[in-house]
Amino acid sequence: MMKAAIAGDEGAYRRLLEEIARSVRAMARAAFARARVGDADIEDAVQETLLAIHLKRHTWDARQKLAPWVYAIARHKIVDAMRRRGARRVEPLEDFQDFLAAPEPEDPHALSDARRLLETLAPRQRDIVSSISLEGQSIAATAARLSMSEVAVRVALHRALRSLGAAWRRSMA
Amino acid sequence: MRTSELIAALAADPVPEPIRLGQRVAAAIVLGLIGSLAIYALFLGPRPDIAEAGRTVRFGLKFVDAFAFALPSLLLMLRLARPDAKPGALAFWLLLPFLLLSAGVAVELLVVPSNQWLSRLIGQHAMFCTRMIPLMAAPLLAALIVALRAGAPLHPALTGALAGAASAGIAALLYASHCPDDSPLFVATWYPLATLICAGAGALAGRRFLAW
Repeated sequence: MMKAAIAGDEGAYRRLLEEIARSVRAMARAAFARARVGDADIEDAVQETLLAIHLKRHTWDARQKLAPWVYAIARHKIVDAMRRRGARRVEPLEDFQDFLAAPEPEDPHALSDARRLLETLAPRQRDIVSSISLEGQSIAATAARLSMSEVAVRVALHRALRSLGAAWRRSMA
Repeated sequence: MRTSELIAALAADPVPEPIRLGQRVAAAIVLGLIGSLAIYALFLGPRPDIAEAGRTVRFGLKFVDAFAFALPSLLLMLRLARPDAKPGALAFWLLLPFLLLSAGVAVELLVVPSNQWLSRLIGQHAMFCTRMIPLMAAPLLAALIVALRAGAPLHPALTGALAGAASAGIAALLYASHCPDDSPLFVATWYPLATLICAGAGALAGRRFLAW
């Protein structure tokens, strides 16, 4: 599925990300519970993992299994999120495979850092990201509304996601 | 932003040009090497008696050793640039240059009388060596760090240190053709010192620039 996603199959990529999100959420919940840090930041860890997977998807070697690669990134990001919460002891997480079997639905009431970080983007970038993510518009519709070419919208979206990743990193430091 | 909304944005993001980490690193080495060669041409140049020296075992060992160090450092660095990396047997190859050098030192201690040990160890260019290897390694290290920013290392400092070590190894290959000090006693003292400086600089750069 990741291969199809990398080749540009948007639907396949979306389904893959949704599946990964559910697994990472279960993994983060277990890790947070064990370290006894509140679960307020779980959704942040999930979103940060998804963004990292997206921005670093070229580091996955197509000859290798996908799960260990996803697990490594998720573990890295969950540990980061827990450190940020001040967990003193970070214990090794269990194998990702266990969580693939136990997906968890998203908590619809969870608020996240992402919205705050969105505010740090340039206005045009913020407009594009929220148009596509919050309002669920297509690239074509967004391009028409902002009277930009589709290519320009895609480029701006890509830049916006990258700066979102950078903003996240800064907020950690 | 809800996670489902983030996913919508990510899925709409275009497929970028596939980034090939190996190719990037190879390009970085070529670019960095141009810088190192410029420094070599400006300040060093091959030693005048290189043709005669080329026939001695001591001279040859310097190159074999530098190469045996640079190659596994580079491959290990490339592997650690991916998040699901497993160092594996590659890490053991890093022991090889140290074993080689230790053997060289042992033989040198046997064949050279003990009153010459210290003068061989200090040689003629100790300070120059520890200065020039890091200087020639600098452009390589900078280029490697830039290339590695496309990677996702779980251990940025370690990955950076390996980039520094690999740069030092390549710089040592160049430096060895200039330096008149061929004794393994000299090589085993000053080359590792220069390498440590580079690895330390690489670790700092890695922690600063390779975190993601």
